[in-house]
This record gives sequence, C-alpha cells and structure tokens, in this order.
Amino acid sequence: MNHRLHGPLTDVAEDAGYADPPERAGFFTDTSVCIGCKACEVACKEWNAIPDDGFALTGMSYDNTGALGASTWRHVAFVEQSKPREVDDGAGSSRWLMASDVCKHCTHAACLDVCPTGALFRTEFATVVVQQDICNGCAYCVSACPYGVIDRREGDGRAWKCTMCYDRLGDGMEPACAKACPTDSIQYGPLDELRERAKERLGDLHDQGVTEARLYGEDENDGVGGDGAFFLLLDEPEVYGLPPDPVVTTRDLTAMWKWAGGAAAALVGCAAVSFLGRR
Amino acid sequence: MPRPGGEERMVPRAEFQSYYGRPILKRPRWKAPHMPGYLYLGGLSGAAATMAALADATGRERLSLTGRLTAATAAVAGSALLIAELGRPERFLHMLRVFKPTSPMSVGSWVLAAHGGLTGAAAASAVTGIAPPLGRAAGVGAALTGPVLATYTGVLIADTAVPAWHEGYRHLPLLFAGSALASAGAAAMAFAPPEEAGPARRMAVLGAGLELAAAGTLEHGTGMREHPELISEPYRTGRAGTLLRAARWLTAAGAAGTLVAGRSRTTAVLSGLALTGGALCTRFGVFHAGLVSAEDPRYTVVPQRARRSTGA
Ligand code: SF4
Ligand code: SF4
Repeated sequence: MNHRLHGPLTDVAEDAGYADPPERAGFFTDTSVCIGCKACEVACKEWNAIPDDGFALTGMSYDNTGALGASTWRHVAFVEQSKPREVDDGAGSSRWLMASDVCKHCTHAACLDVCPTGALFRTEFATVVVQQDICNGCAYCVSACPYGVIDRREGDGRAWKCTMCYDRLGDGMEPACAKACPTDSIQYGPLDELRERAKERLGDLHDQGVTEARLYGEDENDGVGGDGAFFLLLDEPEVYGLPPDPVVTTRDLTAMWKWAGGAAAALVGCAAVSFLGRR
Repeated sequence: MPRPGGEERMVPRAEFQSYYGRPILKRPRWKAPHMPGYLYLGGLSGAAATMAALADATGRERLSLTGRLTAATAAVAGSALLIAELGRPERFLHMLRVFKPTSPMSVGSWVLAAHGGLTGAAAASAVTGIAPPLGRAAGVGAALTGPVLATYTGVLIADTAVPAWHEGYRHLPLLFAGSALASAGAAAMAFAPPEEAGPARRMAVLGAGLELAAAGTLEHGTGMREHPELISEPYRTGRAGTLLRAARWLTAAGAAGTLVAGRSRTTAVLSGLALTGGALCTRFGVFHAGLVSAEDPRYTVVPQRARRSTGA
C-alpha cells in the first residue's frame, strides 16, 4: 500500500499498477470558443447509449440538462451576464458564457478511493471508469466526488459517469464529444501536451486583453492533484457551477481513522470503568 | 450571479456566486430510515458486544445473555438495512470482493461481517447452551470488533465531500461512541434483571455524557479548521437542528432517570426508552445536516473561496 492519497503524482497509471502504460489521456475544454451547440452532449448520449434524463425546461438560459449526472456525462452550462466588461469590444455590457463540463478524471479520485467493490478503477490511460457488472449501487462515490459528477441512476440502481470513451481510446480514437465539437473547444490528447497548449492559449488571451481568462484544474498542486480534464474559464469557477478549491476527501483519511481509534478506545474505557463497581 | 437563499440563518450571509443557485455536490443517495437506522444499530451492536464480554468476565450471566442477544439482533437488523440501501441489493456480496483500506465502507463491511458472525455464534451458544467455551471466545472476539463497528461509521460519512460531515470527522466518531454506549446500556437496563444491570446503568450514564459533550462541540464547530460557524450551521438549524435539540433533551432526561432508577424496573425502562430516542434523534439529525450542507452551494463555495483568496 504505497498509493499516494494526495499531492502531485506524475505516474498515475503506474501508481495504479500498470507496468508500461500509454501517456495519460486528458481533455482540455477551452470555454472561450464554446458556442453552446451541445453537439458534445448529443454525441456522448449517442455513442454511450445513455437513456434520456427527462425533458424538463429549467428556465436557466439554454441549459435544460441542468447538471452532470448518471445520464448526463457532458453538460453545457449557459451563463448570461450583464455586468460591465473589462474590455469594451463594442459588444455592449452583456456577455454569454458557455462551458461544457465533464468528469475531471482526477489524479486523486475520491470516487475511486471510496468505492468498496472495486467497480471504479483506474484505466491504463489514467482515467477513472465504473465497471457496471461490479457496481452494487452503494452510492458512496456519489457523496465522495467533490465536483458532484457521478450519480446513481434510479431504476437501474448503479452509478454512472463519463468513461472518457474508454472503448474508443482502446482503439486509438478520440472520445465522441471531442470528435463532435465543431470549434475545438473540447480538445483530447496526452495530458502533458494539453497543459502546454492551454498555457499558450492563456497567454494569447491575456495578450488580447482578456484578463479574466484563467485555467481551472490544470494545477497538480491543487486539492485533487490536478484534473485529467481541465478547463479554460472566463469567470470564477463557481459561476459555472464548479467548486473553487476542491479537495479529495481521502486526504484526511489517516486523521479520520486516528479520531475513530481514539473514540473506540474511549468506548472500551467507559465500558470497562462501568464494570468496576460491585453491583 | 449571486443567489441569496430563502430562509433565515444564524450566520451573516457572505456574498457568493453560484450557477443559478444549484448545488455543486450531489445530494447523497443514502436515505432515511436506512442510513441513520444503520448508524444506530451498528453502535448498539458494537457496544452491546463489548458489554456482554465484560459481563461474562465478571460473572454476570443474565447481563451477558442480554448483551449477546442485543448485539446479534442489532447486527442482523443493521445489515438488512444496509443491503436494502443498495441500488442492486442482490449484489451485496460484492462488498466482500476486495478489501480496500482507502474505502471506509470496504473496511466496515469486513468488520460488520466478522462482527455479525461472532455475535451470532456467541448468542447461539448462550441460548442453546452448546459449546460455552466457544461461545465465550466468540464473545471476546466480538468485544474487539464491536468498538470498531460502533465508531467507524463516523469515518464512513466523514470521508465524503459533504462539508458538514467531512469537517465533523473529529467529532462524529466520539459522538457515535457515546451514543452507542448509551444505547447498549439502555437496552440492557431494560431487559436484564436490575440486580445485574448496575454496569449497564453506569455505561448508559457515561455514554450519555460523552454523547452530549461531543454533540455540543459538533454543533458549535469547535475544532473545525475552516469556517466553523458556517460549516456547523446545518447542525443547529432546520430539521437537523430540531432533531439534535430533541436528542439532547431525551439523552439528558434518560441519563438523569438512570441515575435515580436504582432497582426500579419501570424507571429503568422509561430511561432506556429516552436514551434510545436520543440516540436515534442524534443519528437522524446528523444525517439531515449532511443533506442540507450538500444541497446548498453556500457550504461548498464560501469556505473554498476563502481558502483560494488567502492562498492557504
Ligand atoms: S470528478 Fe468526481 S467522478 Fe470524476 S474522477 Fe473526480 S471524483 Fe471521480
Ligand atoms: S455505487 Fe458502485 S461505483 Fe459507486 S462506490 Fe458504490 S460500488 Fe463503487
């Protein structure tokens, strides 16, 4: 047991026991070029044969899917803002933010750490996938994910989320959402390369005066050891429904067990003391 | 866009942004009464097994019998609740496919399986009179698994992204330990003959004290690292707040009753009922506090935002 529970990790698949894994696969979602077409949502549903998730109108701009869930593995957020912009490009004082969200395939994935059955596992591409023939629907992963990604599909009883199209990766194809994206907002590739590309893109945007552009999930020193799927955002993460500073819960696991050990000792102590009297 | 929520709160509202006020975390899929019921039964079974072994060692036969029966029954009932909680109950044995130290539920499943077997054997031997030495050995084993079973549940729910549960990781195991002692003491003083139940009464009072102390610190966020006021708020407000206040009164009343019960069976039974009610309210209160803290993005965003801006 020398798996790291938090902190930077360069050899994620090796840490999980793969002898000679391929490069770590990743997504870089550049929301500055997202046009909100939802081709990714549709392609994901089609390729993965995901059932519908209801047909409600939410009243949240063009977003009628609402959030990631058991039957929504790509979710396009729409944020309409009317606040003064830092750059006046003649487009007026309102702007429309669009962003395609997805499972982050965390370096330290809480969902995977807590799964008691081994249904969730780390693939050779360092992604995180649920084995549907193993999952017994205990729902631990649902409460553990700091991004609120994975969920149990009611009626089916098992947990579901993005697999980064594990079946396609194995055949050397890119995931369905990246393939379908018409603007290359969703880019798939080796994570190291994507991180380089993202830094360049960020520099370009800053040079163009888009100072609010920032990367999210690219930092391997963050609370989850960096995301396999990271983003370029134009506002604070929480505006898109993303947690500002997520931490993998298992970072504190050792401390938790220490407190539990103390509590167990207290229980034994109290019980023993109770038997000291003669009656 | 800032979205102030509806009801009144005790903590002054910090400005925060969210996506249409929607939760960031998923609402836990665990449900009541299954999850809180299991938290109670696991505690009851664990502490009762410990008590039974001590009663054995000190020659209190009836108290030992009561403890063994309580421990075995609660373990079976708790396991049934856990299985009913699964999305695919027929796959419950997948819990024992692997042993994963990083998963408190995996560790807990193995402990529960061992504890269930040991308490079952100890109870069966006590009832049938078959192989008393083996029964006693099983009882000793269950006295080892018991304290783990009664307290690991604190780790189980704390090892999540749910703010009120996660930040409560220092308090929850102690709270559950105290509550378990009170529950097992309560059951024994109601079912065992009063002249043997002295230790059960003392255990109940000590447990109640521990439960009250731990609940007090949890509700005030004592010892929590970040935003203790805010993160502990769900334990003081709403349905969880009401349940935990009820728990405090019931537990205090039960403990007071136990102190004066002496050998009066009626007082013992009434005090036992109050303690049991208190223990159940504690578990349901903790459960609901978790749901609230997962569903309101404030509890996720505000502490994380503060962490980011201080660079901590
Ligand atoms: S984002 Fe959530 S579901 Fe995806 S790998 Fe990380 S913890 Fe697991
Ligand atoms: S619901 Fe399935 S995938 Fe999630 S933790 Fe439980 S067994 Fe693992």
